[in-house]
Amino acid sequence: MMRGWLAVVLFAGLVVMLAIGLTRDPSRVSSPLVGLPVPAFQAERLNLAEEKFDSAALRGEWSLLNVWASWCTTCLEEHELLMRLSQQLALYGINHRDTRDEAQNWLQVYGNPYRSSAFDEHGEVGIELGVYKVPETFLLDPDGVIRYKHIGALDEKAYREEILARIRGERS
Amino acid sequence: MKRVTAWGFCLLFMGSACLAADETGDERYQALLYELRCLVCQNQSLADSDAELAGDLRKRVRDLIDQGMTDKQIIEHLQARYGDFILYRPPFAWRTVALWIGPFVLLALTAWLLLRRIRRRHARASGGLSDAERERLAKALKRGDD
Repeated sequence: MMRGWLAVVLFAGLVVMLAIGLTRDPSRVSSPLVGLPVPAFQAERLNLAEEKFDSAALRGEWSLLNVWASWCTTCLEEHELLMRLSQQLALYGINHRDTRDEAQNWLQVYGNPYRSSAFDEHGEVGIELGVYKVPETFLLDPDGVIRYKHIGALDEKAYREEILARIRGERS
Repeated sequence: MKRVTAWGFCLLFMGSACLAADETGDERYQALLYELRCLVCQNQSLADSDAELAGDLRKRVRDLIDQGMTDKQIIEHLQARYGDFILYRPPFAWRTVALWIGPFVLLALTAWLLLRRIRRRHARASGGLSDAERERLAKALKRGDD
């Protein structure tokens, strides 16, 4: 009798474990950079090649650092939201593995939500930030510390629950 | 020996792995690439993957070797940016104890259960009697004496 129950409990435990595993998206890998200051990097600015985009300047206020590209179709899904957010939040871009012409053209066609974008032609800035799936969005607090990383298109729900909630201090 | 293994891999996975080997011939570079996982095609190493990210990371590994970094430093460099996931061999730490020790615990547990069961069956088969049975037997024998 005892042994029968033990088997049931063990089996139920296994089922629960597997069920939890099924709800996880293995393509979303958590970043070791969350909780650390944004890595130091410099790159040319997309629209002003002679000026530098310096990650050291990303402090003093909450900001979003969004990795995008003109070849990235998923980026269009979040673009409207980013355009709206740009009116209330400091939004910076990392133009990842792109050509200057195509990237600038993309911004002209769809609108430019960024205060400025770094031109990451060869993906080197991407490596510093651990980028592996464009688009990605980093939330930086006023001290320049990465507080959250979103992988894939940002949506209304993620914005409210993950980003806004942190800015308001409702979660860490 | 390592070279033989590398060419073995090449024959095994023809295609991209061979191209990567031809690009350099540097054994350290090759060995490192097989230790590192591509985050885009998650079941491929940096050596095997055709993803653009894998290409960027191969270039980064090459640059770091040229800068004179040790294998350990290079792995830490990438681990700091992409996390443990980039390693095919996860580190041994508290959060990975279940991963490393778990299978052995399960094996030991199963072996113990199996042994216990075999012993019991053995005891039964070889005529081992419980106390109650022995008592009954003794009584029956006594009756037989009368």
